[in-house]
Amino acid sequence: MIDASMFSDLAMIWAVIIAFAIAAYVVMDGFDLGIGILFPRFRVGAERDTAMNSIAPVWDGNETWLVLGGGGLLAAFPLAYAIILPALYAPLIAMLLGLVLRGVAFEFRWRDPAHRPTWDVAFFTGSLVATLAQGIALGALLQGITVEGRAYAGGWWEWLSPFSLLTGVALVAGYALLGSCWLIWKTEGRLQDQGYGFARWLAVLLILAIAAVSLATPYLEGQYYARWFRWPGLLVTVPMPMATTLLALFFFRSLRARREAAPFFLALGLFGLSLLGLGISIWPDVIPGRVSIWQAAAPDRSLSFMLVGAGVMIPVILTYTAWAYWVFRGKTGADGYH
Amino acid sequence: MIESFEALLLARIQFAFTVSFHFLFPAFSIGLASYLAVLEGLWLRTGRGVYADVYRYWLKIFAVVFAMGVVSGIVMSYQFGTNWSVFSDKTGPVIGPLMAYEVLTAFFLEAGFLGVMLFGMRKVGRGLHFMATCAVAVGTFISAFWILSANSWMHTPTGFEMGANGQFLPGPSWAAIIFNPSFPYRLVHTVIAAYLTTAFVVGAVGAWHLLCDRGNAGARVMFSMAMWMAALVAPIQIFAGDEHGLNTLEHQPAKVMAMEGHYDSHPDGAPLILFGIPNSREKRIDYAVEIPKASSLILKHDPNAPLAGLDTIPDDREPPVGIIFWSFRVMVGLGFAMLGIGLWSLIARAKGRLFDWPWLHRAAVLMGPSGFVAVLAGWITTEVGRQPFTVYGLLRTAESASPLDAPAVAVSLIAFVIVYFTVFGAGVWYIVHLMHKPPHVGETGLDGAPIRSSGVTPAPAMLKGEGQ
Ligand code: HDD
Ligand code: HEM
Ligand code: HEM
Repeated sequence: MIDASMFSDLAMIWAVIIAFAIAAYVVMDGFDLGIGILFPRFRVGAERDTAMNSIAPVWDGNETWLVLGGGGLLAAFPLAYAIILPALYAPLIAMLLGLVLRGVAFEFRWRDPAHRPTWDVAFFTGSLVATLAQGIALGALLQGITVEGRAYAGGWWEWLSPFSLLTGVALVAGYALLGSCWLIWKTEGRLQDQGYGFARWLAVLLILAIAAVSLATPYLEGQYYARWFRWPGLLVTVPMPMATTLLALFFFRSLRARREAAPFFLALGLFGLSLLGLGISIWPDVIPGRVSIWQAAAPDRSLSFMLVGAGVMIPVILTYTAWAYWVFRGKTGADGYH
Repeated sequence: MIESFEALLLARIQFAFTVSFHFLFPAFSIGLASYLAVLEGLWLRTGRGVYADVYRYWLKIFAVVFAMGVVSGIVMSYQFGTNWSVFSDKTGPVIGPLMAYEVLTAFFLEAGFLGVMLFGMRKVGRGLHFMATCAVAVGTFISAFWILSANSWMHTPTGFEMGANGQFLPGPSWAAIIFNPSFPYRLVHTVIAAYLTTAFVVGAVGAWHLLCDRGNAGARVMFSMAMWMAALVAPIQIFAGDEHGLNTLEHQPAKVMAMEGHYDSHPDGAPLILFGIPNSREKRIDYAVEIPKASSLILKHDPNAPLAGLDTIPDDREPPVGIIFWSFRVMVGLGFAMLGIGLWSLIARAKGRLFDWPWLHRAAVLMGPSGFVAVLAGWITTEVGRQPFTVYGLLRTAESASPLDAPAVAVSLIAFVIVYFTVFGAGVWYIVHLMHKPPHVGETGLDGAPIRSSGVTPAPAMLKGEGQ
């Protein structure tokens, strides 16, 4: 067994692992939810089949990162899990039901050609609702949660605000952008053209949304203003918009040059910067302004026990996930991989 | 803590509803994954095409079952926090890591290799493909290991210390937590239950097609394999269940009293109540049909051994008797019915009539869903029998719930009921539809076709098959 004193701060390590799981989730499930959001825009028939096929082999693995994020939070920061989940009750239940609907659609639309249009609608609605709910949940967490003692103490509508709706819409635009860039990378012909078309608009939308969220965040209740607009926060406050602008420029250039893989990774870069900004805003709290990672952390015995597993398994998981993506490399067609 | 009784009741109904639905799928997919691994192994060893046909036949069904298991499972991992937040806060340091290990060692393994398993040999070659099938099967077992460890700890909590803030904290040894006293019994009993559930579904499908065409080679393979499972494993399950009950008697005597319907103590030998109607108001069993002293014989191996009854348990620590009394009898009754089918199949085999005894086949068809019913009945016995506690003897269900408003829980419960019944109802319908088609030579499965849930769908082939 690993001696807990070997690590100066297990809570910090686990905060990083969970942040990594959430980032991995956004990176991986983001594009396949995005395909779902764009789905009604594809032509019935070969186009839809191709779009679906391009994500079908990997969506289950992608979604498992969400389970790691949730399960990891319960295990490493039980207090945070116990406060956040009831606080975000409505959006989370909506997200779960959305994931149910879209998850089964992958299988059912092939099983039942007569009702394929119905399952296509379920796929779209489920993806949209799940994404919107995730974005709203994020906004609700950022804007603050009412806590008393060790429990959530607000009502069941507290999550709803203009700010949380804004983050909801922002995430829809973001995932849809990732989805269209995925199409550019994995498909050809008209579907790929459509990907280029969508990507341009969605990127504009996403950048506006990032700007709006960034401008609104410091004015939310709590620590954000001080964090971003006072020394040494200014050290990151100034470069962040510049980096975002630069990435956006590269992104549009790669679209114009009709590059195939680059747009996807540049779009991921935009997501990465947003997540970084989020981390800077929240750190070192799990519930902004209320509960820090150290207050919420499980005892070292729990954290070190899990760290052994995470240390061994996460690299293994990343390896076979990479292998699965490798097996399904190349362009997708309407009836499988060529 | 929860203020309103309604919110608590609704939260309990919601948890029971979602977990019961969820478990129906693992009960099938744990068994089916192993069955597929065996079929593919047999095929690689013998080279007989019929194994490949049966493999592909069940693979299509497996894909649907698995997709439903995954999505209903994701709901479960969030239900702990949304509905039982106080429970999560208090027990998170102990059971959280067990569930985290489940994600790390099982869920990723299943999800990662499922794509390759469904996608077929064309991409990776036979050996690697067989390895993927085995990885998925092993993944389902590892998943059962961890989640049942977590669940068993709630029934027989050991190896923990109480924190000053009211949390359960892990003690020095994780082995004491993982291998808590009821875990080995529950693991064995539940995994065997999954195998039996699968065996009876496979047996029913085989029998159904034998009734139509007793020469169908695929149906013969299915039926014969399933009946071997029934004949060999049903007796083991009854034995395992008995041992499980003895262990429960040691750790949760009130649960066993409720299963047995013993409201009163019996100082000199307790009767085995076969049937009767529990009357909780009067605290007695009405119209009881009983075998004198048999319960003491089973539980204590001595007909005259004294056995305490619920009269020795304070009212506020008693589980509800009615539900448990019945669910236990349903499970045990089905266990013996399964044994009966198993024995019948042995006789048929000895007489050389395994494939042409229509009454046996009809009985097997009838028993097709029996595993699901027995499994749910078993879980209901276990879970209702631990009430009114979530961590047995230490944390009450009423003190575990989230601070939610009743309308919020009511709305979400209604949403779950509607979505689950439509979505999983459709899924079950598709499965039955697939089962209705006889297995045939050159069964389509994997090749050259669109991809589905995590692999490749034989859509064009399927569409042809379905006359599209
Ligand atoms: C004895 C077995 C067993 C039991 C009691 C449970 N499960 Fe389960 N679960 C499985 C056996 C399983 C499985 C066989 O591993 C599944 C079924 C189909 C699948 O994809 O994996 C699964 C899937 C599954 C998934 C989706 C995994 C993925 O993304 O691939 C989650 C998150 C859970 N479960 C969580 C739970 C929770 C929180 C439970 C308790 C309340 C629970 N399960 C009870
Ligand atoms: C998968 C098969 C399972 C089934 C069918 C099942 C069924 C049930 C039922 C019917 C209840 C409600 C009892 C009541 O309220 O009177 C319940 C309660 C509970 N179960 Fe299970 N259970 C299963 C597995 C698990 C597992 C694996 C866990 C934990 C890891 C678990 C944790 C709980 C908890 C915490 C409660 C208390 C909440 C409540 O009383 O409703 N269950 N379960
Ligand atoms: C006649 C034979 C059987 C006996 C004596 C028996 C006994 C038991 C007992 C005593 C329990 C409750 C244990 C506890 O909560 O402490 C239980 C639970 C359970 N039973 Fe059975 N059982 C039998 C047959 C079956 C069959 C045939 C199945 C399914 C195919 C099954 C599935 C289950 C399940 C899933 C549980 C809940 C999980 C667990 O606690 O193990 N049982 N059984």
